[in-house]
Amino acid sequence: MWSALKRLYHQLGSPKWFYEITTRWSPWFLWIGTALMLVGVVWGLAFAPADYLQGNSFRIIYIHVPAALLSQSAYIMMAVAGLVGLVWKMKMSFVVGKTIAPIGASLAVIALVTGAIWGKPTWGTWWVWDARLTSMLILLFLYMGVMAIYNAIESEEMANKAAAVLALVGSINIPIIKYSVEWWNTLHQPATITLTKKPTMAPEMFIPLVLTIIGFYCWFVVWVFARTRNEILWRERRTKWVKSLLSMGANR
Amino acid sequence: MFFDSFTEFMHMGGHGIFVWLSYGITCLIIAQNFIAPVLKRKKVIKDIERQMRREQK
Repeated sequence: MWSALKRLYHQLGSPKWFYEITTRWSPWFLWIGTALMLVGVVWGLAFAPADYLQGNSFRIIYIHVPAALLSQSAYIMMAVAGLVGLVWKMKMSFVVGKTIAPIGASLAVIALVTGAIWGKPTWGTWWVWDARLTSMLILLFLYMGVMAIYNAIESEEMANKAAAVLALVGSINIPIIKYSVEWWNTLHQPATITLTKKPTMAPEMFIPLVLTIIGFYCWFVVWVFARTRNEILWRERRTKWVKSLLSMGANR
Repeated sequence: MFFDSFTEFMHMGGHGIFVWLSYGITCLIIAQNFIAPVLKRKKVIKDIERQMRREQK
């Protein structure tokens, strides 16, 4: 058991191993994610019944909730990657943390923009400075802060450390986002999905939401893999395996 | 199908503009997430190959 864990740790830390394993895994995540998204979005847009209060504007939920959920999960992953990098000096961990930042930022943008558009017909306003919306905006700024650190700091080692520390300090924002709808008065409705309670939505509304959530997660994996593979290629450019990979001319 | 006609589907009881705008913007951002690493990969491979050629000379 212990030796298996130890082997896994060393494999995870090996760029070559990561590159090879993601060559095989990426297509699976891509096509399963795409299938789930297609079914979920078509179902949610055309077949699910309209909400009795919000009418058809509620159909935005099928992209808003997955993006919001994933932008927070991605942040936790980025912070954990930073922690692992700091504690065990694992290079690959920093690389993954670095690649998550722009993806997480794009997901936070989706959540904020679709939320604003949804707010207009539902609340009568695009934006309010309440706890949920403000803490989500801070999440976006935290992602942008990590990206800015990598752009601004020349030394890779310094950039890795600074970005990891920012990611860790900023993770205090995650529980604030989660509980903002309970701690403060807010226009935002409470959580649609909880792991502990039965869904309050009808199944024909709820199932497509589950599909788009899993679909978004699959696509997220594809994006992280793709960006991390680019980083690996460049870092390992002087190694034998990258040179022979490129000389074969495969994998364009 | 929840809607009776395609026009109704597009209109969504007056909410069409909000729903389609949301999905449109999301589509663009998702497309960017797929395309950006592919372009970057091409650039990285090109840069490495250029470097390899220089070192061979």
